[in-house]
Amino acid sequence: MKISMQINGQSHVVELTDEYTPLLWVIRDMLGLKGTKFGCGKAACGACTLHVDGEAVRSCSYPVKFADGKEITTIEGLGDATNPHPVQQAWIEEIVPQCGYCQPGFMMATAALLDKIPNPTDEEIDDNIINVCRCGTYYRMRKAIHLAAEKQSALKTTNEPTNS
Amino acid sequence: MKTKSYILILFLLMAGFVLASMYTPSESDYVSVPPSKKNSETPSDVAFHKMMDVLTHPRCVNCHPNDHVPKQGIEGDPHDFGMSRGENNLGFEATKCTTCHQTENNPYSGVPGAPHWSLAPHSMQWQGLDRFEIAASMMDTERNGGRTPEDILHHLTEDKLVLWAFHPGVDAKGEPREVPPVSKEDYIKAVEAWFENGHVIPSN
Repeated sequence: MKISMQINGQSHVVELTDEYTPLLWVIRDMLGLKGTKFGCGKAACGACTLHVDGEAVRSCSYPVKFADGKEITTIEGLGDATNPHPVQQAWIEEIVPQCGYCQPGFMMATAALLDKIPNPTDEEIDDNIINVCRCGTYYRMRKAIHLAAEKQSALKTTNEPTNS
Repeated sequence: MKTKSYILILFLLMAGFVLASMYTPSESDYVSVPPSKKNSETPSDVAFHKMMDVLTHPRCVNCHPNDHVPKQGIEGDPHDFGMSRGENNLGFEATKCTTCHQTENNPYSGVPGAPHWSLAPHSMQWQGLDRFEIAASMMDTERNGGRTPEDILHHLTEDKLVLWAFHPGVDAKGEPREVPPVSKEDYIKAVEAWFENGHVIPSN
């Protein structure tokens, strides 16, 4: 079967025999986007989190057939070194990662959260950011999420058109 | 005198043992009567109990918790990762049920899935209730979201999320999940029969 997707703004068509192939496999192994990580393989740890039509999804447990016609955003599409997303910039400034393996999933989950709740409370962060980090970087992550919220809010204010 | 009494008691005991050993009960004296065959039960009652054998199974009750936390597994454990119903029974704002659960079971990861995967509203809590209380709650428009008996019949026999209970897929180890103790076909017949007979809840 053929699957058509927009991934980070670019059209991709992939052909597979197994429609239950995890989207993560396609993203990493067929399209070479290695930023999204494999962790547990059962939608538990969140290392594979990406966005499908703006919603956070665990791609290790997301059959590729459901991605047909959808817009996918991976950590590579969130921002890059010259133009980082506010979440990525906050992660750099708070020096969040230790080993770093799980961090793309956390950043994608955080970006989805800030789209829904621009200025989340600690409780809202606890509810929504349930990924697993074996290095235990949760404390720095919480600070980074609050910083990212400030940065994103400031960016939106700057970009808003003025009436004058 | 005392010795004579002891001899008489001993004789009576021995006679009792002899008589007891000679008595062989016929099979018909001790045939157990299954609940569904009790004389006092009407066809409606039989249908009710068959239906409730399914609705009291963890596959159903896990999504009707008495708190805000989905339950999982046959033991009805709290859902991993602190997931909760959120404001609309679909999870939290950015981490929703559908972050992990799709519209079908995932045969590779073992994550279960069905259309509109979600919790029943809090008013429809079944956890901790017995079968009679669950039925009363189910038919009570104050607690069932204002549903009519026709709505309930539809929910029980046609809703894909409800019928998922009979096709729950495999778990993370690839082991098939337990299904309710009645087949889907027999369950649907029982539900239809109970509604056709006036959806009367038998006395406890």
